This record gives sequence, structure tokens and C-alpha cells, in this order.
Amino acid sequence: MPELMQFLMSGVTVGAVYALVALGFTIIYNASDVVNFAQGEFVMLGGMMTVFGYAAGLPLPVAALVAILATAAIGVALNKLAIEPARGAPVVSLIIITIGASIFIRGVSQVVFGKQLHRFPAFSGDAPIPVLGATILPQSLWVIAGALAIFVGLWLFFTRTLTGRAVLATANNRMAAQLVGINTRYVMSLSFALSAAIGALAGVLVTPITLVSYDIGISLALKGFAAAMLGGMGNPKGALAGGLLLGLMEALTAGYISSQYKDAAAFVVILGVLFFMPQGLFGTKTTERV
Amino acid sequence: MRLLTATALAGTLAIGLGLAGPAAADIRIGATLSETGPAAFLGDPEAKTLKMLVEEINAAGGVGGEKLELVLYDDGGDPNKARTFATRLIEDDEVVAIIGGTTTGTSMAIIPVVEDAEVPFISLAGAIEIIDPVRPFTFKTPHTDRMACAKIFEDMKERGFTRIGLISGSDGFGASMRKQCLDIVGDYGIEVVADETYGPTDADMTPQLTNIKGAAGIQAVLNPGFGQGPAIVTRNYSQIAVGLPFYQSHGVASDGFIQLAGEKEAEGIRLPGTALLVADLLAEDDPQKPVAVAYKTAYESATGTPASTFGGYAHDALRILVDALGRAGSAEPQAIRDAIEATSGFVGTTGVVTMSPEDHLGLDLSAFKMLEIRDGGWALVD
Amino acid sequence: MRLSTKAVTLLVLSLVIAVAPLFFPSTFYYRVGSLIFINGLAVTGLVILIGYAGQISLGHAGFFGIGAYACALAPAHLGLHPVLAAVLGAVLSGVVAYVVGKPILRLKGYYLAVASLGFGVLVAMVLANEAWLTGGPDGIAVADPGLRALLRGFGVDLSNAQFWYGFCGLVLVLGAWLALNLYHSPTGRALRALHGSEVAARTVGVDVARYKLNAFVISAVYASVAGSLLALQNRLVTPDMAGFMHSIEMVTMTVLGGAASVPGAILGAAILTALPQVLTVFQEYEQLMLGLVMMLVMIFMRQGLLPSLARLLRGRGG
Repeated sequence: MPELMQFLMSGVTVGAVYALVALGFTIIYNASDVVNFAQGEFVMLGGMMTVFGYAAGLPLPVAALVAILATAAIGVALNKLAIEPARGAPVVSLIIITIGASIFIRGVSQVVFGKQLHRFPAFSGDAPIPVLGATILPQSLWVIAGALAIFVGLWLFFTRTLTGRAVLATANNRMAAQLVGINTRYVMSLSFALSAAIGALAGVLVTPITLVSYDIGISLALKGFAAAMLGGMGNPKGALAGGLLLGLMEALTAGYISSQYKDAAAFVVILGVLFFMPQGLFGTKTTERV
Repeated sequence: MRLLTATALAGTLAIGLGLAGPAAADIRIGATLSETGPAAFLGDPEAKTLKMLVEEINAAGGVGGEKLELVLYDDGGDPNKARTFATRLIEDDEVVAIIGGTTTGTSMAIIPVVEDAEVPFISLAGAIEIIDPVRPFTFKTPHTDRMACAKIFEDMKERGFTRIGLISGSDGFGASMRKQCLDIVGDYGIEVVADETYGPTDADMTPQLTNIKGAAGIQAVLNPGFGQGPAIVTRNYSQIAVGLPFYQSHGVASDGFIQLAGEKEAEGIRLPGTALLVADLLAEDDPQKPVAVAYKTAYESATGTPASTFGGYAHDALRILVDALGRAGSAEPQAIRDAIEATSGFVGTTGVVTMSPEDHLGLDLSAFKMLEIRDGGWALVD
Repeated sequence: MRLSTKAVTLLVLSLVIAVAPLFFPSTFYYRVGSLIFINGLAVTGLVILIGYAGQISLGHAGFFGIGAYACALAPAHLGLHPVLAAVLGAVLSGVVAYVVGKPILRLKGYYLAVASLGFGVLVAMVLANEAWLTGGPDGIAVADPGLRALLRGFGVDLSNAQFWYGFCGLVLVLGAWLALNLYHSPTGRALRALHGSEVAARTVGVDVARYKLNAFVISAVYASVAGSLLALQNRLVTPDMAGFMHSIEMVTMTVLGGAASVPGAILGAAILTALPQVLTVFQEYEQLMLGLVMMLVMIFMRQGLLPSLARLLRGRGG
């Protein structure tokens, strides 16, 4: 029983990390149909800039805030300099642009921040909290709380605010959105800013657990992407559920079957789910128009 | 229109291939290292070390009055790229010798190229396959992973442990060391009762450690790996209070590891390290002391980052090569090869190296020192 | 007599391959050339999948890996000649592609991308984990296929790099020829129809599922053969040949050059293969420059390099 609890604790911790990354994908995807492969780099930038801000003597919350704002600005820059000029290009070209952006950001970070691994202290210490015979670190609770908060925030944003609906409208039909007076350029910039900020916040929360180096973005983006697809791309509920599910499957496979094949188990389940639910767990069915 | 596109294709292909060759220099040494990619943790200090030392040697007048020129490529840990760069170093840059192959995979990819072209090659990777069987032009400076295992098992045996757990990274370093440890563990009367792995970028290893903790009669745990993995394992180890003696590998032998894992969490960990890490703790008459102190001081002031065992491997490789260049009396690859093979009593950061036609490594177990982390620093166990 | 575009493309491709060595300053360039041809072959297969049929795959490195490991394992365990092992690998890749493709090709867009990605990750994971068979993350050696020695028997003595340059070039021309033939075949037309609109294609009686599967299988065989060529040349195979990054790299080459055209994709392969060699002059700025080039090409040449260049030239030249 304590074993199972420990596996669940581990699964929820890792799952919350994936969910945070997956949530970052949703806004840009909702606004533009583009899966932003540089999302992992936003996470890295959030963690990395906080490390350097903190090392430079800023209090941790201030360093984190600066990192999040700076990353949001980089998100806007990415949109203005690379995505907007390519408007009208096929989606696959836009994806290659985001892959290029991911390599570019990694390349710049490697020069600016170096290749060392870093971490900063956990927010509420490192004393493990006992839970039914297992333990969880306080920082894991921060990550889980962060994932839940962002999920609720996004859900409210998309359903309760005019701007959120404008984002959805832009994705649905750009021309129609413009006709009803939505400033689609502003919506795009906003989406990139928000996605980048969510990514950076994720970086701030997970760095005490996962550590940060210039190249952690790739593997985080890969898992986050898989989690988002498992849940149904574009849906915050799907991102949260997909992330947690992925984390739990990995932990339970590592615990009960084989740690060598824990990533395999996760992908087998993804393949299985997509076989029966081609739009992911919470995706909506779309029909092709001729 | 097709003709036009086809001509464009031809033109770009030609431009793409029209790479500029570097200018002539005195003695040109090649290197292909994993400065980026999954093994950057190893390759980065190696590259910085080579650049720093070449500058230092040239400032001191070079080798036999001739300056060294370093041609360094980043293979990103990709064996295919490493092979391409090795070909480029030999065919295009016409270097007299190659240092590198940060990982076993890249080194194994370089070997057929250097053996075919008969250019001496000093690998910086751990696996025993690189020098066993001995190939005429291939050498290496790091002790083999098998030796690290042996050093650890000797210490375990001394402490009376017979049942241990293994948690290894699934990257090349972890997998190779795991295999070699499993090969020899029986010789020490030790049984592996739990054998777990983790991915190099995993965020939490508590499930694996929970299983290890629950294995019947387990007395100690060993974690072969490098990079962030062992730091996270160490933190998880403390989180779920495994409470057993914990061994790390030489893969984390750097001050950076203690900072990442946390002083409290890393307390009491033992690992086999080289003289480099404990340079100031060595006895005054230890022949390695001046070498280790000099390198460590120079590296840390040049880069502002803590010196690691891996940079030490590159240091030894270049010093052995320079030493051989001096004795060879010519910059012909064959003469350099012969001189490297005749290396005797060379004092490096890793150990005292004496090579022979049957031994292209030239180190024994005494090169390793069993270290323990105490109060956020290193202490010698034996 | 007017040559068909297919003939011109093949002629120019062969000519470039034959003439380029005259400008090589050293034998190293043969090595780069052979890598371009190997990548070119893999992306030619992806043109059929992405460019013709409009399906995406982020797992084709898995087939590349199957072809590569077949050349390492079949000679050692089954006693097959390495060249026959390559054929075995291609057949195996085709069968695996058929089995995997059947369920996942029902998925669309990103869902297909993540499913194929999952397949690729699984292949890479098996190759890395089953060390008793595959040698683990550090890979396993491949036996000498003896082709060079065979050629020497006929009195042609080539260096290793020269031999592989010629051999891979030959296979690439063959692969391009097949792909171009396919384009103008009924299958090619059906694929392009379903690329335009699956619903419309289905309405006019195209068996959409079957043609998509055909394209998937054919492209898998291309990737497998490319993997075998690299294995035989390098004499070493490692799991990252099948890795996620390699899949991304192949798709990037295809799209960068122009996904809808065989010469375009080969150009993309040429550029992305040669670029890292050129960018070494930038040292630590290498990655940064690579990302920048990718972004700039896609921003300013959104259809891919070759189609965009062609349009530009046509526009200027009248």
C-alpha cells in the first residue's frame, strides 16, 4: 500500500509537470492551429532566467516575475518576427518555423546562459510531507497547485471573457472574426504572450524538481505535446487530464512492470486511446469542408 | 521551368559543398567532442579544457618551437556526425592526431576512420571496447567503467555488503556502466537484488527507489549515471528516506553535483573519483598533486565553473599527445602513434599512465580514489 | 524532341552527382555527398507521404532504424549477406508500416503526428533497451558488406568515401526515378486527389484508406533502405538513428526544400546535411544560425525552397 501511494505521488508530480507544459500549447493552438514546438523553450527560459535573476540577488518571487514577463515578451517577439510575416503559409511550414525558433532559442541560451545545470531552492523547503506511508515534496504541491490554477484560469478565460472567445473565434474563422471587429493581430500576440507566460511559470515551478539546463525544452515539449494530444489538443481540460494520466502511467509502469519501458507504456496507451477516440479524450469532432 | 529549378539545385549543391578549408599551420590537432546534445555535460568541459590548454602551450612557446593549432568540431553526441567530422579532420584539415569521442558511441564511430587512415586517436570515453581488443591507432585516457565498478565493489566488500540495488541511467554512460558492473559483480561475492533504470531527462525516480528500498535484505545502492539524473535520484533517495549507504559513479565527480543534489541530500555518498577532485587533500609528495592543482586552478579561473573529471580526461589526452609530439621528433602520424604507445610514467589528473603495445590505456585501479561527500565537500576514504 | 520534366530532373540529378566530384578539394566531400544522398533517399519517400498524399509522420526514423539494425543483426544472427539484410530490413519495414499504418492512418493532422511519433519512440526505445541484442545506447558494429572489395576485383579501386558516394548516388537516382514515376501513375493521381480533399476523393470513388496506406508503406521502405545504406557505410548503428530528433530532421528537410517535389526535398536534404558543416565556422553560434536559417527560409519561401525559387525565377525571367 505505501508503495502504491508513493507511485501515485510520483505520478501526480510528474503528471503535473507534463500538464503545465501541455496547458501552454492550448492557447496558441486555439488561436492559430499551430502546435508551437518552441513551447518547451519557454519553460526552459522561465526556469533559467529565474536562476540567473536569483543568483544576481533578486528575491525569488521578483526573479520569477521578471522571468515570466521577459518570456512573454519573447513570445510576442516570436509572433511578430516569425509567425506574422509567414501568415497564410501552410500549417506545416509554420510548424517548421516553430521548430526553427526552438533551435534558435536553444542556441542563444547556450551562448548566454552556458551549458551548466542549475536549480534554485524549493519555495517551501525540502522537508518531505508524509501521505499515508508515502512522501511528497512541498514543491510538488506547488506544481500541482500551479497546474490546477492555470487550468481554472484558462477555462474561465475561454468561456467567460470576451477576449477568450475572440481567441476561439479567430481560430475558427479568421476572416469572420475580423468582420465582427476582432483585432486578430492583437489576439495572436496575446495568445503568444499568454502561452509563453504559462510556459515560463511552469519553468519557475518545476526547476527545483527537474533542474534546468539550456536543452531541457525538447524532452518537456515532447511529453507535453503527447499529453495534450492524449487529452485532445486545444482543450484545457484535455491538457490537464492528459498530463496527469501520462505521469501516472509512467510511474505505475516504472513501479509495477519495468522502469525501462515506462515511456513505452505511455505511448502504447496514447496509441490505444487514439485508436478508439481519434480526437483524444476531450477533443471535439471536426468535419472536413470541401 | 524544370530546367531552371534543376539548375538551381545544382548550384546550391555546389555552394553547399564549397566549404572553405582552414589555413596552414604548424602542428594541427583535431578534436570532435559532444559540446552540445545529451552528453554536453561531459563534452563541454572537455572542449573548454582543450581550448585553454592549447592557448597556454602556445603562450609558452608551443611544442619544439612550433605552435599548436586546434581544429575543434561539435558532434552533438551523434555518432554519425562524429564519423563525418573525423573524416573531415583527416581528409580536409589534415590533422596529425585526433582527440575526442566524448561518448562510447561517437568513439566507436571514429575508430574505423582513424584506423583506415592511420591517424592516432585518443578517445575520452569510458567503455572497455575502445581499447580491447587493442587497435594500433586508438588510445584512451579515462579508466574503463569496469574499473570504476571494481573500485566500488571493493569498497562494498570491505564494508561487508553482499546484497545491493542498482539504479542506472538509460543513456550510453549509465547503460554501459550497468552492463560492466553486472559482468563483474559476482567476483566480489555481491548479488544485485534490484536492478532499475530511469530516462536521462526524467523528473522523478521515487517509484524505482521505492522498489529498491523494498527489496529483501538490500544493504547498499549504486547509481551509475551523469547529468541531472543522479542529482534527482539523490534528492529522491533522501525524500523517501531509503537510509542505505549510497554509491554514485565517477560520472558525477564534480563540485557541481553537490550543489545540484543539495549538501544535506548528498551527505555520505561515496564514489570513485580521480585525484583532480581532491587535489588539495592529496599528500604533499603525491606526484599527481602539482598536475591536478595546476589544472584545477587554471580551469576554474578561465571558465568560472568547477572542474570535473571529464575535463581532466581531455587535459590528460592533450598532455599525452604533446608529450608524444616532443618525443616523436616528427609530426608524422606513424611516429606520433609510436611515441604515444611508448608513454611511460606520465603523470596526469586521472592517474600515472604507462602504455604498451598491449595496453592503450595504461592506468590501473590505483588511479581511482574512493571519495565520500562530507559537509558539502570531498573527503578521501582510504 | 522535348524532354519530359521527369527526364530533365533525373538527368540533372545524375549530372550533378557525376560532375560534383570534379570540384571536391578533398575526399572528405565524398562523405558529405554520400550523406546527402542517403538523407535525400529518405526524404524522397517522405515526399510521397507528405507531398503527394498529404499525411504527416513524426516516426519515420523508426523505419530508418529498422533498416539500419537489420544490416547489423541479420548478418550476425542469420548469416545473411549485409546487402540481403538490407532487403530483409526493407521488407520488414514495409510489413511493420502496413500493420502500424492501418490503424493510425485513420487519424488526421496532429493526431496522426503524435501516433507516428509514438511508434518511432517505441522503436528507438526497444533498440536502446534490449542491449543483449542491439548493443544498447552505444550501438553495435556492422559487418563489412565487401562491396568495395568486389569492385576492386573488377580493377576499380576506390577509397571508402568515394565508393559510398557513388553507390548511394546510384540508389538515390533509382529512388527518385521510382518516385517520379509514381507521381504520374494512377496511384500518384489518387494520392494527390486525397491530398486535396479526402471527402472529395472518396466521393469520386478513390479508396482513400488503401492509398494512404500504400503511401505510408512505400515511404517506410525508402526510409529503411536509407537506414541500411548509412549502417553499411558507417559500420556502426546506434538507437538515435531511430530517434525522435531524426524523424523531425527528415520532415524538416522535406518541407524546407519543398514537400511536393522530389528535387525540392533532395535540395532540402542537401542543405540541411551540408549546413552543419558550413556552420562550424560559427562555432558556438552554430545552433543559433541553424534555427535562424530554418525560420528565414520558411518565412520567405513558404512553399519550400525549390518551388519558391522556381516561382521567383519564372516571375523574373518571364
